[in-house]
Amino acid sequence: MTQQTILNATHRALGAKMVDFGGWDMPLNYGSQIEEHHAVRKHAGMFDVSHMTVVDLHGDRAREFLRRLLANNVDKLKVSGKALYSAMLNEQGGVIDDLIVYFLREDFFRVVVNASTREKDLAWIQKQAKAFGVNVTERGDLSMIAVQGPEARAKVQAILTDATREKAAKIGKFVAVEGDGLFIARTGYTGEDGYEIIVPSSHAVELWKRLAVAGVKPAGLGARDTLRLEAGMNLYGQDMDESITPWEAGLAWTVSLDAGRDFIGRAALEKQQTAGVKREMVGLVMDEKGVLRHGQRVATPKGDGEILSGTFSPTLGKSVAFARVPTGAEQAQVDIRGKLVSVRIVKYPFVRDGKPRDGM
Amino acid sequence: MNEIPGDLKFMKSHEWARVEDNGSVTVGISDHAQGLLGDLVYVELPSVGDEVQAGNACAVVESVKAASDVYSPVSGKVTAVNSALADKPETINEDAYGEGWIFVVKPTNLAEEQEELLDPDAYAELIESEEH
Repeated sequence: MTQQTILNATHRALGAKMVDFGGWDMPLNYGSQIEEHHAVRKHAGMFDVSHMTVVDLHGDRAREFLRRLLANNVDKLKVSGKALYSAMLNEQGGVIDDLIVYFLREDFFRVVVNASTREKDLAWIQKQAKAFGVNVTERGDLSMIAVQGPEARAKVQAILTDATREKAAKIGKFVAVEGDGLFIARTGYTGEDGYEIIVPSSHAVELWKRLAVAGVKPAGLGARDTLRLEAGMNLYGQDMDESITPWEAGLAWTVSLDAGRDFIGRAALEKQQTAGVKREMVGLVMDEKGVLRHGQRVATPKGDGEILSGTFSPTLGKSVAFARVPTGAEQAQVDIRGKLVSVRIVKYPFVRDGKPRDGM
Repeated sequence: MNEIPGDLKFMKSHEWARVEDNGSVTVGISDHAQGLLGDLVYVELPSVGDEVQAGNACAVVESVKAASDVYSPVSGKVTAVNSALADKPETINEDAYGEGWIFVVKPTNLAEEQEELLDPDAYAELIESEEH
């Protein structure tokens, strides 16, 4: 049975092309995903991300629990509202999911996990939470709208009450505030500034419509995918899964090997680090025409790798990809329908502040 | 959705063919197909002079979402390709049955192969049934 967000009828009324995404009936685009992409890079766009799973964690030992559950260290979260990106690993160091955790109170943290991994994530979190007496509550009553782009914050602020606007205008990146019944976080998945707004589902359609009136353009999952890839952000299930460690998925920056913290998967990660990590995630840019795609073989002098996420980058006007290749490979060719095409290995993100980075 | 011009014939794989007054066959993909693919970003064209067989892949259209082979509805020799698509592949999105044509074939077995193609009504029925 395909699930629908509360905004389903709104998307359909806008003429969205709908697709199944992880069991959810979601908008792929509202006409042109490339136009939606540019709208987010240049102005402001909004995405219905209500399919994502919001989970509240209550209990006196919530922080202690998260020290154990997550590869990144929640002790970096010292001020209420502060957010952290982290991987959640199994004992083998494989990525169960990536998520954002918000610190609200010492006995209350909120995590947002992926839609496609909802059931296994909830089962895993519940299983681990027992020993800490932490209560795990899925917030099915909430919806989420991501408003992204250089004009996104101003357009959201324009529809808030004075008191909430003042709070929302002040927060730094990766911080959330509450007001007007909304949970407003300065986070996102596009590489642009903006907010991700968690709203009671009963008010989500009204919020969407007010944002549309304020000049925010609806954007679908198609644009979301090209935006996040340009911004160098991983997609779970495509760029990493339970057989891949953070070292192999370009997520070393999210792993905190601080002294004395025994998080799940740590022993396996340290072992792999000592033995040497054999594969790494790199960025690829193709100057020739064509589009890099998931699963294509990447030939390097050190052996073969494969394309993880590949797409056409609307900002660069050419194809870019993430690939997992033997560590240290400096040259690569991609097998496109039997033809080997040269590509450049680059450090991602491909796009920053709305513009191609130098050398892309 | 555009009206389907009455002088076109279709393959089940969504290519269209139009027999021109000089007997050549112009080939493209249907408006329905471009809608399924979404924004096109690249078209790989055959070369003028290539021999093509009916039902064989001889071009590729790529959107942000997917790559799709384009099959030739008829056998023969390629006499023209739409080079303008190299810089403006989105022309297919905008005008699939007109400026978005992909290549022209001088057919060698038109009478027989034409029988295999769908007329606009049959094609409209096919896409209708695919949607349900």
